[in-house]
Amino acid sequence: MDLAADRLPAKNDEMNVVVCVKQIPDPADPGAMDPETKTLKRDGKLILDESDSYGVEMALQLVDTAGGGEVTLVSMAPNSEVSGLRTALAMGAAKAILISDPSLQGSDALSTAKVLAAAIKRVEGADLVLTATESSDGYTGTVPEQIAGLLDLPSVTFAKSIAVDGSTVKVQRQTEAGYDDVECPLPAVVSVTAGVVEPRYPSFKGIMAAKSKPVDEVTVADLGLDASSVGWAGARQEITSIAAAPSRQAGEVVEDDGTGFEKIVAYLDNLKVI
Amino acid sequence: MTLSKIWVFAEATDGKVSSTTLEILTKARELSGTVEAIYVGGDADAVAAVLGAHGATAIHSTGDIGSALPGVPVAAAIADAVASAGAPDAILFATSYAGRDIAGRLSVKLDQPVLTNCVDLVLDGDSLSVVEPVFGGTTDVTTKAVGSGPAIILLRPKSFVAEESGGAAAAVSTIAVPDTGAAGAAKIIERHVEERQGPQLEDAAVVVSGGRGLGEAEKYQMIEDLAKLLHAAPGASRAIVDAGWVPYSYQVGQTGKVVKPTVYIAAGISGATQHMVGMKGSKNIIAINKDAEAPIFSISDLGIVGDVNKVIPALIEALKARG
Repeated sequence: MDLAADRLPAKNDEMNVVVCVKQIPDPADPGAMDPETKTLKRDGKLILDESDSYGVEMALQLVDTAGGGEVTLVSMAPNSEVSGLRTALAMGAAKAILISDPSLQGSDALSTAKVLAAAIKRVEGADLVLTATESSDGYTGTVPEQIAGLLDLPSVTFAKSIAVDGSTVKVQRQTEAGYDDVECPLPAVVSVTAGVVEPRYPSFKGIMAAKSKPVDEVTVADLGLDASSVGWAGARQEITSIAAAPSRQAGEVVEDDGTGFEKIVAYLDNLKVI
Repeated sequence: MTLSKIWVFAEATDGKVSSTTLEILTKARELSGTVEAIYVGGDADAVAAVLGAHGATAIHSTGDIGSALPGVPVAAAIADAVASAGAPDAILFATSYAGRDIAGRLSVKLDQPVLTNCVDLVLDGDSLSVVEPVFGGTTDVTTKAVGSGPAIILLRPKSFVAEESGGAAAAVSTIAVPDTGAAGAAKIIERHVEERQGPQLEDAAVVVSGGRGLGEAEKYQMIEDLAKLLHAAPGASRAIVDAGWVPYSYQVGQTGKVVKPTVYIAAGISGATQHMVGMKGSKNIIAINKDAEAPIFSISDLGIVGDVNKVIPALIEALKARG
């Protein structure tokens, strides 16, 4: 990827998009913390974070609109995990870079961003980097801006819609009050709000094709990063305790027999809300 | 022991300082000898009295940054100020659009991690720790920043109660925004405001939220109708926001709004982690869900195991009958 500010504007007939995707434990299974390492357990099967499926869909649509180019996935995951990547490849992404390295265990968000940014630099001719606004398991929500900062690229977070016009990306950005129209020169990093597009279901053909699409697995050393700057070694935050939060007591729970609404009316009445 | 200096990123809309800013200032002055604000906008003088009254003795203002998105220019200005004015022990931000963007960029500039989703700050000697709720708020994780530079911390709204300190208006000084080149080139072209009727979600005494259990988008109208009858703000779970039934501004939860109303009514919401973190501080919780095992019942004061599409219309009729 040529990240120089004076790189040639993106050609209108070709759009190369990198999508950062996270492979996470199935949110349907209750999560757990490992009492030894004080991190989220990730030893089971991982799946594509649903939050990332929107970015993958948007990227595929942008490539379609441009009439050329391709979508490259970048993911950091333990144990050479590819099942989530295969889902996104089956949707239509062309290839993937997977960073898997035991030294990455315990990485904080900034270290994760350093790894992803280094991997993104390996993608030739990328015009745009898409991410989710936050992952569904760790949800720090800082990685998109950290990646952009590390690559020294402009960025727009919380995109509801993305359109590319020559060398400019036009984004509708979610705000407290509604949304802003934002314009930003390419190449750029844009984080995509969940739910703004309908992610396509992989077709049978797509699923079959995904099995042979290239996944370039790299290590921390391959990326030219120092192992002491990532993982446990590089984390500058230390979890000192994990404790049960003060819990609310469950109150009365009644089966509705057609008069459940009366219970609610009485409850609200008692609080003088009505 | 207390810290010597904390900076708080202060946010205001049309000259009105956000309640989260005042909450964070209140907590900061409990922890630190000196509390100062970082401010973006041409009207720092107009907010000096309010920020001062909540404990800020100084405002470092970038002035007006025009149509630029704040992440890049403001992080660059703060990083320069850290280098020239001396690093504070911590820089605190609200978990807001601007706060997250600036904290992320600043993290790279200072090569410091960001401690995110925090709901409390704890001082142990001169070491600062943060508390982050996980698994729907059932578990608290305490984390200590062990880096050498200032701790960068994102705090969730309504984590503290704002109280005035009686302090005088904060002294305003300017911090320069350096040229950030192409990286700072994202520009706001036009702002759009989505009209919402009734009370604001964050401020309403009563909130009525709907979720997947409603079955289909059209059924959300029931939630709006019930909210209107109760002078409540309508809210939503992430699931139906993601499904496009209602705009993002309705979302209550980890990613959306944090609410602590007198009464929270969860209709057809099972109680995903994501949602519970945003509403479990409500004084009274009423839940309606057809699954008796739904996690929402473990935190509700009154739970009705039933079909929302039967219970809510009956409730609406009963309230209408009362007039």
